[in-house]
Amino acid sequence: MPDWKKEIRRRMARLKLAPTREVEIVEELAQHLDDRYQELLADGVSDTDAERLILAELSENELFSELHRVERKRPSEPIVTGTNRKINMVVDIWNDLRFGIRMLLKRPGFTAIAVITLALGIGASTAIFSAVNPILFESLPYPDANQIVTITDDFGASDSSVGMTFGTYREFVQRSRSFSAIAVVRPWQPAMTGVAEPERLEGQRVSASYFQVLGVSPALGSNFNSSDDRPNGPNVIIISEGLWQRRFNGESAIVGRQVTLNGSNFTVIGVMPRAFENVLSPKVEVWTLLQYDASLPSLEGREWGRHLRMLGRLKPGVSTDQARSELNTIARTPLPEFPRPRHASLESGMLLISLQDQVTRGVKPALMAVLGAVVLLLLIACVNVTNLLLARGASRRGEFAMRIALGAERNRMIRQLLTESLLLAIMGGVLGLLVAQFGVRALVTLSPIELPRMVDIGVDGAVFAFALGITTLIGLGIGLIPALHASQGDLNIKLQQSSRRTVGGHQWMRRTLVIAEVSLALVLLVGAGLLFRSLSRLFAIDPGFDTSQLLTMQVQASGTRFDDESTHRFFAQSLEAVRQLPGVSAAAFSSQLPLSGDLDDGYGVKFESNATDNPEGNIGAFRYAVSPGYLETMGIALRRGRLLSAHDTANTPPVVLISASLARSKFQDQDPIGQRLRLGASDGPWSTIVGVVGDVKQTSLTVSQTNAVYMTTDHWRLFADRALWLVVRTHGEPAELAPAIRQAIWAVDKDQPIVRVATMDHRLASSAAERRFALFLFEAFGFVAVVLVAVGLYGVLSASVTERTREIGVRLALGAQRRDVLYLILRQGLKLTLAGVSLGLLASWAVTRLLTKLLYGVSATDPLVFGSVALLLTVVALLACYVPARRAMKVDPLVILRYE
Amino acid sequence: MTNIDTRILDRELKKGSAELLVLTLVETRPRHGYEISKLIEARSGGVLRFNVASLYSLLYRLEKRGWLKGRWIEKTGQRRRRFYRLTPEGKRVLAAQRNTWQEFVEAINRITRVENA
Repeated sequence: MPDWKKEIRRRMARLKLAPTREVEIVEELAQHLDDRYQELLADGVSDTDAERLILAELSENELFSELHRVERKRPSEPIVTGTNRKINMVVDIWNDLRFGIRMLLKRPGFTAIAVITLALGIGASTAIFSAVNPILFESLPYPDANQIVTITDDFGASDSSVGMTFGTYREFVQRSRSFSAIAVVRPWQPAMTGVAEPERLEGQRVSASYFQVLGVSPALGSNFNSSDDRPNGPNVIIISEGLWQRRFNGESAIVGRQVTLNGSNFTVIGVMPRAFENVLSPKVEVWTLLQYDASLPSLEGREWGRHLRMLGRLKPGVSTDQARSELNTIARTPLPEFPRPRHASLESGMLLISLQDQVTRGVKPALMAVLGAVVLLLLIACVNVTNLLLARGASRRGEFAMRIALGAERNRMIRQLLTESLLLAIMGGVLGLLVAQFGVRALVTLSPIELPRMVDIGVDGAVFAFALGITTLIGLGIGLIPALHASQGDLNIKLQQSSRRTVGGHQWMRRTLVIAEVSLALVLLVGAGLLFRSLSRLFAIDPGFDTSQLLTMQVQASGTRFDDESTHRFFAQSLEAVRQLPGVSAAAFSSQLPLSGDLDDGYGVKFESNATDNPEGNIGAFRYAVSPGYLETMGIALRRGRLLSAHDTANTPPVVLISASLARSKFQDQDPIGQRLRLGASDGPWSTIVGVVGDVKQTSLTVSQTNAVYMTTDHWRLFADRALWLVVRTHGEPAELAPAIRQAIWAVDKDQPIVRVATMDHRLASSAAERRFALFLFEAFGFVAVVLVAVGLYGVLSASVTERTREIGVRLALGAQRRDVLYLILRQGLKLTLAGVSLGLLASWAVTRLLTKLLYGVSATDPLVFGSVALLLTVVALLACYVPARRAMKVDPLVILRYE
Repeated sequence: MTNIDTRILDRELKKGSAELLVLTLVETRPRHGYEISKLIEARSGGVLRFNVASLYSLLYRLEKRGWLKGRWIEKTGQRRRRFYRLTPEGKRVLAAQRNTWQEFVEAINRITRVENA
């Protein structure tokens, strides 16, 4: 059969059709002619005649003119410019978006990895931001909150947890001119009875000025009246909105209602607004007046007990510094009409801290560190996605080159690529907000520390704005480098490279990013390492007593029916009942418990040997009023003399034990046994030191304030403690005994609250909660960072192996050993890793000092941590390199060369 | 039809009717180009015949207008062919053209009948 196609093609040549269209037409026409030819043959026409007839029918001119009319080159669509730029832009953006979505859908694997990586980064940082925002950046929910300060003695940085006295408060109120109001407050835990079931409430006893200082008034009823703030004044309370709803069903006639607290009747005079937050003690639901005696009848009553917190609201225009210097002047110039006892002499000066700082002080270093860590993580995630985009850019090089060749503008291409990265970021951001939602909830519930202003933590407008902001930044950030990269360079080279035959030098950017990633991860891991070392150092500290199998709880003798006598009786009977329980090996009471987190109960110690009353001779010490057997129960070591015994009662001469550090600082090498001292009182009988016991960490493991004086509760004469800590040493699991112990005490008096039940091991752990919390997050972020780094390194090396396949094949063909190839690739990965590690070490050295406040017993530049983290990261990196290196090793030179 | 004088008429008539013919032939089922040309020839008793160039340029034009849709179809044991089928748009056009044609033919008939009478 004749070759019609050649003929047709020749006759159509003048049409200059698009190649694909021409092929189609030629095939269709040739088929038609075939059919016609067969038909003619079947009709008996000779083949030469048939061919001639057909070619005659296929007249060249006719074919050209007929087809020319239909198959004219279509004019390109009109380009709309200058008429309406806005519409043009919207159309462009719409097109970019559609194209971007198509490109992302085309590679679902890539898109998923990028989106998940970004979602983790954005989610984690948004979650942390939402926790940090109300604590560190928002001001407290009070009018002019920056005018509210806390006032304490300035005992140096080590300690500001020593309480203030009511006497000092009275003096400041009368002498100071800097404050519009000053208030004092102390904890109060009344048991509410008479309404449904009894309940112990969290409350505060406050001076009448408390809500004035905060600048908030009750929403219902009235504020406290200062004329009621006197001994035997009326029993009035203000309650929180929460308590009103919970216990009184929000009944409207609440004001004026009588409530029974600790067996006395109190009148509700007000309900705080729903939005009111009591930031110093968020759980407090009820407030009553302090009702101390403003005439300060003696230097020994409760008016001079150091158990109050003092707050002040500065007058408008008065700065904290001005107020501080005024208070210091007052402190330095005692007046005869304001006598001060020695332990409240104010001689160390005053410290004013804004309430905001006071509230956040405990967690600020940890939160800042965590914020830093999450920023590092976010950066690593971004670098990783940038790298992914670059890698993809490399595989799309052909496409870019083609588009440039077809006249795409550079700006237009950058915009298109940025649209794609923004799309990725937005998807990551949306998913990240979900991650943040869960993260915040997990953070709040899992957080071992009680974050201040917890109620305000959540995903709100500010947090959403934050997420949106970082998402946009990330979208532009991660897209910019790949976009610039893709849109520049020599077209020719790009087209050549797209055929994958040349080894490109374009990888330098990806390598730089991997180096950056490694160094960022190293910083994060060094932080984690330092915290880990601190924590292990911390837990290696001997608290001075045996923490295992020790159950602790606070037992209260509340209510007016308790006088000193019956209080003693109640505690003694309770202790006896507890000791009878099976599983209890020892039990005792103490007025304060190490690591309980309470305000320290410290008093001045005056030794008889210091005849003169000079201040230096007066040492502060913790007071432990204990039941005999406390030191044995706690496992506190006896160094000298004897312990307290059941014979040390009110009827025997008072005796005390002192801690080893107190003995050392006072008596150096002399024997303190038989020496006498007075604790907190300036008169009364002297107490004889009968023993020296080991030091105990009271405030926290890191605070080495260990001066302590122990005496029996019978020998503590100033007042009877109404709340004592019960410590119980058990044979088995201590927590399991808690119900039985409660029942035993309630069998003595069923109305007494038993609170704050926890094992000592638990207290020990939570005393380091802040560091633990930071460490936990650092570890989590560090882990993610290591994974991302491994993925990043793997990606770069595996792309490099793919590109160098030919080179490797040639090397192998020329006699290189497979081992050499393995080393070649590993060396490449190792170079990147080591560069990143070196940079990271430098960066860590620069930034870890920011962690100093969280570290303990380890320097911020601890060589062991730096070294081991560097090693760890290098090993992980080598593992990540090993996979592509093995692949390179398995390259078959024959296959490669044949392919050539 | 072989008359020189009728040639112009022939061409114009063919041109006007060709679209209608092709659309009609693919109305019931898709057909390929050769089949269409054979059907036109056979059904017109050999009076109407398209050469290759005009037939295919007509098909392409109708396709471009969206009245026909061509598709390569491969049947077992046969070479692949391009089959044309009527699009919904083509269906509407066909109905309209049929009406016009009928009116036209009737008009012509009325005139010629009068002349002959």
